[in-house]
Amino acid sequence: MSDIVEKTLTALPGLFLQNQSATGPAAAKASFSSRLGGLVRGITALTSKHEEEKLIQQELNNLKATVSAPNTTLKMMKECMVRLIYCEMLGYDASFGYIHAIKLAQQGNLLEKRVGYLAVSLFLHESHELLLLLVNTVVKDLQSTNLVEVCMALTIVSQIFPREMIPAVLPLVEDKLQHSKEIIRRKAVLALYKFYLIAPNQVQHIHIKFRKALCDRDVGVMAASLHIYLKMIKENSSAYKDLTGSFVTILKQVVGGKLPADFNYHSVPAPWLQIQLLRILGLLGKDDQRTSELMYDVLDESLRRAELNHNVTYAILFECVHTVYSIYPKSELLEKAAKCIGKFVLSPKINLKYLGLKALTYVIQQDPTLALQHQMTIIECLDHPDPIIKREVLGEYSYLLGKETGEEVITKLYKLLTSDSISSETKAWIIAAVTKLTPQAHSSNIVERLIQEFTTSLDTCLRQHAFELKHLHENVKFMKGLLPVDKSCEDMVVDASLSFLDGFVAEELSQGAAPYKPHHQRQEEKLSQEKVLSFEPYGLSFSSSGFSGRQSPAGISLGSDISGNSTDTGLKETNSLKLEGIKKLWGKEGYLPKKESKTGDETEALPVPQENIIMENVDQIITKKDQSQVLTQSKEEKEKQLLASSLFVGLGSESTINLLGKADTLSHKFRRKSKVKETKSGQTTTAQNMTRSSFSSSSNVTYEEDYYLDNLQDRGDKEVKKFSLNSELLDSESLTELPLVEKISNCRLSTPSLFADNNMEVFHPPQSTAASLANEISLASSLLEETTEHMHSDLMEVCNNETISVSSYKIWKDECLLMVWSVFNKSASELKSANLEIAPAENFKITEQPGCCLPVIEAESTKNFQYSVQMEKPFTEGNLSGFINYQVMDTHSVQLEFSVNLSLLDFIRPLKISTEDFGKLWLSFANDVKQNVKMSESQAALPSTLKALQQELRLHVVDIIGNEGLLACQLLPSIPCLLHFRVHGDMLALWFRSSCSTLPDYLLYQCQKVRAWIDPQVPVPIPCFHPGLTRAFKAECFVSVFLSSRCKKHGKSGGDLVSKDSESPGHLCIVYPKTQN
Amino acid sequence: MIKFFLMVNKQGQTRLSKYYEHVEINKRTLLETEVIKSCLSRSSEQCSFIEYKDFKLIYRQYAALFIVVGVNDTENEMAIYEFIHNFVEVLDDYFSRVSELDVSFFSAVNQVFHSTWQRTG
Repeated sequence: MSDIVEKTLTALPGLFLQNQSATGPAAAKASFSSRLGGLVRGITALTSKHEEEKLIQQELNNLKATVSAPNTTLKMMKECMVRLIYCEMLGYDASFGYIHAIKLAQQGNLLEKRVGYLAVSLFLHESHELLLLLVNTVVKDLQSTNLVEVCMALTIVSQIFPREMIPAVLPLVEDKLQHSKEIIRRKAVLALYKFYLIAPNQVQHIHIKFRKALCDRDVGVMAASLHIYLKMIKENSSAYKDLTGSFVTILKQVVGGKLPADFNYHSVPAPWLQIQLLRILGLLGKDDQRTSELMYDVLDESLRRAELNHNVTYAILFECVHTVYSIYPKSELLEKAAKCIGKFVLSPKINLKYLGLKALTYVIQQDPTLALQHQMTIIECLDHPDPIIKREVLGEYSYLLGKETGEEVITKLYKLLTSDSISSETKAWIIAAVTKLTPQAHSSNIVERLIQEFTTSLDTCLRQHAFELKHLHENVKFMKGLLPVDKSCEDMVVDASLSFLDGFVAEELSQGAAPYKPHHQRQEEKLSQEKVLSFEPYGLSFSSSGFSGRQSPAGISLGSDISGNSTDTGLKETNSLKLEGIKKLWGKEGYLPKKESKTGDETEALPVPQENIIMENVDQIITKKDQSQVLTQSKEEKEKQLLASSLFVGLGSESTINLLGKADTLSHKFRRKSKVKETKSGQTTTAQNMTRSSFSSSSNVTYEEDYYLDNLQDRGDKEVKKFSLNSELLDSESLTELPLVEKISNCRLSTPSLFADNNMEVFHPPQSTAASLANEISLASSLLEETTEHMHSDLMEVCNNETISVSSYKIWKDECLLMVWSVFNKSASELKSANLEIAPAENFKITEQPGCCLPVIEAESTKNFQYSVQMEKPFTEGNLSGFINYQVMDTHSVQLEFSVNLSLLDFIRPLKISTEDFGKLWLSFANDVKQNVKMSESQAALPSTLKALQQELRLHVVDIIGNEGLLACQLLPSIPCLLHFRVHGDMLALWFRSSCSTLPDYLLYQCQKVRAWIDPQVPVPIPCFHPGLTRAFKAECFVSVFLSSRCKKHGKSGGDLVSKDSESPGHLCIVYPKTQN
Repeated sequence: MIKFFLMVNKQGQTRLSKYYEHVEINKRTLLETEVIKSCLSRSSEQCSFIEYKDFKLIYRQYAALFIVVGVNDTENEMAIYEFIHNFVEVLDDYFSRVSELDVSFFSAVNQVFHSTWQRTG
């Protein structure tokens, strides 16, 4: 055994390195006393999950600060990464560190690189988009002259690699198959195995090279190639029959002990290799006499050789039995194998017993008589304490009928059933076995007796089994069909949807039965009912306005009387803040005196339970304010509110949830009132959301977002801006009863800006060349009216045929992204039943907008379908697909599919806030990301960067102070993100903060892209493309550049960097350094 | 096929986890808790293989530390069972008498595991 250890250890370049640096295990122990060690010990010492949570959160916060600090060295980063892995392993989200793991793999020295790679392999999954950023590093390392680096690159490739990028590394990996070091060859084979697993087509052309690996002089390389062969043979055994001889020879050599001794495990030669080979042989010989004949000898020898009494020999024996019973049968071998099983089932070791029973199932399927010799053992196993064993026994025992008739077996089983010594679970299994036997035993009295006894059993499970048997017994013909004697191993078709019950369900429904609701839905309904109930005791009436509360009727009437009020936004902010203030009023000790409330007198007068107070207060406050028509508010007051909001930042998440729950009810109730109220309640909710987002810890981000999406109405969203707008915008005029959409767009346009050209209409996704000019004109004329008010993308044809042409464009509305699909009927006849559907996408919430509802498109006319899209979880880009179908001339229907790419930027909107608000918000956000970026010309940098950020990322420039800039944006519906940047010499320090943990990273990524747009001199280490391009296109482009070292479009060769291309705005080409010699 | 590899102590603290198929982070914690629960509920009379959802769990106990491997149906249980022991022997050699805390020094353990697994199949 120690041999294999040694071999393994020397095969580990990474460990070898460590050994060198500080002599082996001692080194491990030494560095263990580092901070990871401290963390591990700290956690081990804790007793409760809660304490652990606290400790890890604290640790994560520290780590976050360290990894994003600009002065963190790579060595420290390595140390941090190890702790991050540990935290994530314990189930805490450490996604802020992913990008740093990639960087570490990219920039670190050998040891750091190894940790970086390890972290990447543990953090990311195959389709994680950050993985694309690793490709460059892998390519570089594959070309390195340092064996350790090559090894690491091959290792990571064999663990995790993006499928689209395989062509970029495949030639390099292939080359490594000829490498002089066996470890490199072995790892290359494993990397190719990985490729085969994720994209079998891509490695088809190198099958011949696999054969070479199979015949490699190094056993390790050969063993690695078996993985690929096992997989390929499983899929198509007939193509590899010619290799049977080779596999047999290899197995002979292994069994005969020809392998180096360091492959022995407890003096058994390469057991796992043997198992692998036996498996391959089993697949090759299945139903094929000629191939099977080739392997009889070696199987016989395997059975004979495995005489050592060690677990691992049993593992080999088991595999051997399996193989013998899966290939074309040879009776002599079958008998030997069956005899072998005796060693298993008679063993006192429970694991072996299990294995033996499992092996018996193979035997029984082939020839039950061979298993008869073990019958007694099987029956003994029936009452084994381990249910898995019992199952194995009874599952197959029922087919084990030899000389004994079915009736005799049933009698035996019945005896067992009536004995008291066995558990009810075993009894249930026995009845199941009896059920299987019954169709073969004609008219058994015992069965009837059994049914009689057990249909009255107290055990539900037993009773059910008995009833099953009873009903089946009454219909013998059906029973025989259900439990065929000789088809025990064939799969039955099960109708999982229970469609045969549809008729019954329909009938019941028509008779007034309640439709079925899934468990979770019932649960929800129950909860919501409870919620309603909790309000009732306090309400006088449940009026149509939906508002209940003792003090409220006056409020309602007043509220509905007033229309077209202009109210100060600042005031609403007060209201919302007071909701929190009120919450704070009622502590454990009862009423707490209020400090900054301005409407305190009203609230104090009401000794009603909390929930009601809030509702009533808000109502009253609003009413009051409405009445008094307060139009202005002093600056002092505003500051107080901000202070208040920052004071309540520390509130626990639980209380916030409560608050939100109430706000929710509020907004719903208000909505049914007059229009003015609607606006207000919306604002209340939004204001709450704003504050709420600052409370949120990263763990409940998802919940929070869902919440937004469910509860935020468009209106509320729009108000976010007003609520947080610069004071210049807060004039009463902007808050009249005009349609809100218009208002907001006006507001936006009238904002004083730093740059004359900040209209932001520069954002142009790639244009479709396919769309004909005529089409475009007709379509353009049909653009929605809203289009003129909002920024929108150009029309882009997504699909067409001879009858219709579907184009789409995006309208970046302030509260959502509006996707419009224009369907143009080119034909001269009208289309019927036209219907456009968008498939639900994982990360989006898609709502159909009410528009034209006639399913007919007249000849040569256009029809628009609108969908508002919200992002549910931040990510860089996603796909939205759907289809359109229509009918021509009442006859056949046609369906066309299309898809559209959406980027994070589609959901980013400027957040207009004042410098003061910025400061307050900044302090309240926990998630931040810092990055230093080198600039080329420091002089022109600030204005141009600002401009680019403003135009491309839609950031709002809040302020510029000296060489620092403040920008703000929000991810719809309302996740704010702030950017602080400072120009220092030729460095640009970017610093993002947000309430959402992932948003800063994504924005930073976008920023880097922007940088590439504006400054062609900056070499960008990552592929940068316009966000409008699909992932597949990027991959293709990337690969083509890679392979030819030449960009198809520009004809530039390796090392060049091509900047923004004026002809095709979608194509940004960065040519990478040459990859091949 | 191995689906995941876990080292969990009796208190339910994960010492090492490695997933060969992507499992979401919150589901991992849940899975690990359930797995260790089912391992702890086994007596010495019962075999080391448990059926759990779509997997089969194969576990071995070393002092207070459980090593659990989740595999799919095609795997040879005993081969995995012995593989665990092989792995532990390698660890023991590497750390010169391995202890539970050593295992937390996972970057090395991961490396050992990966290499051992690649060698043995």
